[in-house]
Amino acid sequence: MHRMHVIIAMDPHTIAQGARSIKDALVKNLELAGLSNEIKVVETGSLGIYNKGVVLVVFPDGIYYTGVKIADLSEIISEHLVKGRVVERLHYRDIPEESRAEEKAPRFGKQLRVVLKNAGIIDPESIEEYIAQDGYEAYGKALTEMKPADVLQTVKDSGMLGRGGAFFPTGVKWGFAAAEKAKEKYIICNADEGEPGTFKDRLILEGDPHAVLEGMCLAGYAVGATMGYVYIRGEYYMSIARVRRAIEQARKNGLLGKNIFGSGFSFDIEVREGAGAYICGEETALIESIEGKRGEPRDKPPFPPSVGLWGKPTIVNNVETLATVPQILLKGAAWYKSLGTESTPGTKVFTLVGNINNPGLIEVPLGITLREIIYDIGHGIPNGRGFKLAQLGGTTGGILTSEHLDLPFDLVNLRSIDAGLGSGALLVVDDTHNVVELVQNFAEFFNHESCGKCTMCREGTGRLVELLHKLTSGCGAESDIALIERLASAMMKSAFCGLGQAAPVPILGCLRYFRDEFTALAQQKRQQIPANA
Amino acid sequence: MKTLADLRAIKEKAKQELASREQTAKYRLVVAMGTCGIAAGARTVMTAIIDEISKRGITDTIVTQTGCLGYCDQEPLVQVIQPDKSVITYGKITPELARRIVAEHIGKGNVISEQVFMQS
Repeated sequence: MHRMHVIIAMDPHTIAQGARSIKDALVKNLELAGLSNEIKVVETGSLGIYNKGVVLVVFPDGIYYTGVKIADLSEIISEHLVKGRVVERLHYRDIPEESRAEEKAPRFGKQLRVVLKNAGIIDPESIEEYIAQDGYEAYGKALTEMKPADVLQTVKDSGMLGRGGAFFPTGVKWGFAAAEKAKEKYIICNADEGEPGTFKDRLILEGDPHAVLEGMCLAGYAVGATMGYVYIRGEYYMSIARVRRAIEQARKNGLLGKNIFGSGFSFDIEVREGAGAYICGEETALIESIEGKRGEPRDKPPFPPSVGLWGKPTIVNNVETLATVPQILLKGAAWYKSLGTESTPGTKVFTLVGNINNPGLIEVPLGITLREIIYDIGHGIPNGRGFKLAQLGGTTGGILTSEHLDLPFDLVNLRSIDAGLGSGALLVVDDTHNVVELVQNFAEFFNHESCGKCTMCREGTGRLVELLHKLTSGCGAESDIALIERLASAMMKSAFCGLGQAAPVPILGCLRYFRDEFTALAQQKRQQIPANA
Repeated sequence: MKTLADLRAIKEKAKQELASREQTAKYRLVVAMGTCGIAAGARTVMTAIIDEISKRGITDTIVTQTGCLGYCDQEPLVQVIQPDKSVITYGKITPELARRIVAEHIGKGNVISEQVFMQS
């Protein structure tokens, strides 16, 4: 047994900072010091601490070290691990209140960890550690003590809304599929996270893959499915590897396969890798992709819960949604409802990016305000700059300005200002940026990612880029602004799927609040090109 | 695994390992660091213990913290835990007494009986 655990966060960010070699060196040094039997080194997923280099946490003390280099290891070992004296030089005090991992410790200040409760605490490659944290308890209980209809009702009662961006009631969606009579039904976990600035699903999958699997199993039991697929974008190597490993462990332990818990229920899960198309995050395009076809969205209705994968009833849920489900079953619908606000219960995982002092992965109860997120959790904007705008929910997200700093986040409030929670990216922009250039950047992304199926999106995204480029290069006129507006609203009404419908949202949002910056560019004189250039 | 009981068996086993702040060391010194303990000076007691341990080069002891033990008027409380022996809880510990605990109890195995608040 081990008297101390040293946790090292292993995610793409910390690996780039050398976490892998630091872990190897730590293990080696502990061996040389004869401490290997006393001190255990554990890899976990992201701790949600960014831009701070390699992060170590020492238990039982719960001390966070950041910016750890190989040269620091001997001091950490001799001072802290042997004598119990904290190495103040590397001690990171800023976050412990927020992300302190110990059960008993007050949680997180303004954060509330439900989905991320295990991330950064357990070893994601160990099913035993997941089980130790009540893992698969909900599944076991459901299969042995509950009927599928009870599981479905609990999720319905919780009022949970899907975290993929559309916020459709999860229980209602499941109900559609449960009502269908079919021999085969499918559960798909949508992990084709492609929204710029969004990386929450990746970190959930890397930090706590079993929670997602358990959610899928529960969904499968509730609707009567036999098979699940985790559709992960191909670039997420570590997510793919960890989910595959988790599936293997679950199979080995009889949690996937036939007659699980002796209940007669059989369910299995496989991974499908995406090939890097943004559109495949759209559920019907994703289904096409799993079927081996070109990833293009289907006509709706029929919706996937009735006619989905291979024409069978199919539930497509987001990673965060599925990872929440076991908690709801374990603690009850009333508990879940008590979190968040009336219209939007629960918590939301955000990736906090852009001009912010403390970027990273956070989970907060809904009802929180932008001011609390930026200034309390994110520690404000760097270099003493002012807040200009925030984009909430990824590239398609709505625009929030300083007048919205104290608006409690929930669906009703956000819809009233034409915004939504979306995928969970929160991009903070300071007052040094020009809005038109920012918008042009968004437009270029959509132009690149439009699948080309419908004219409005294929042509519309291209023309938007051209019009915006005209403005930023000093060749625009005020009539171009009117044209942008007309085109944008036409796209919202007539594009075939969410991509084309949502692409103009941030453009119109920026036009609404920062019209003067567009006008200023339109009115500026064309740049004279010197004759001898 | 075929039953819920199987799952719980794995859980119990894994919990031990996760909570594995168990030590191969002979002694575990636990300083109660709840609000009450800290207010009564547990922090200085702990630093004194750590200082004394490193001064004496004691290697078979680890120091950990815990929350309020429920005897706030006896704070600062220090527990000495040895595998297979009863837990000795010392009450109203000063930094000087803490150093004595390290010297006498840890160093020589002699319990300082007049300071023992509870034995369980």
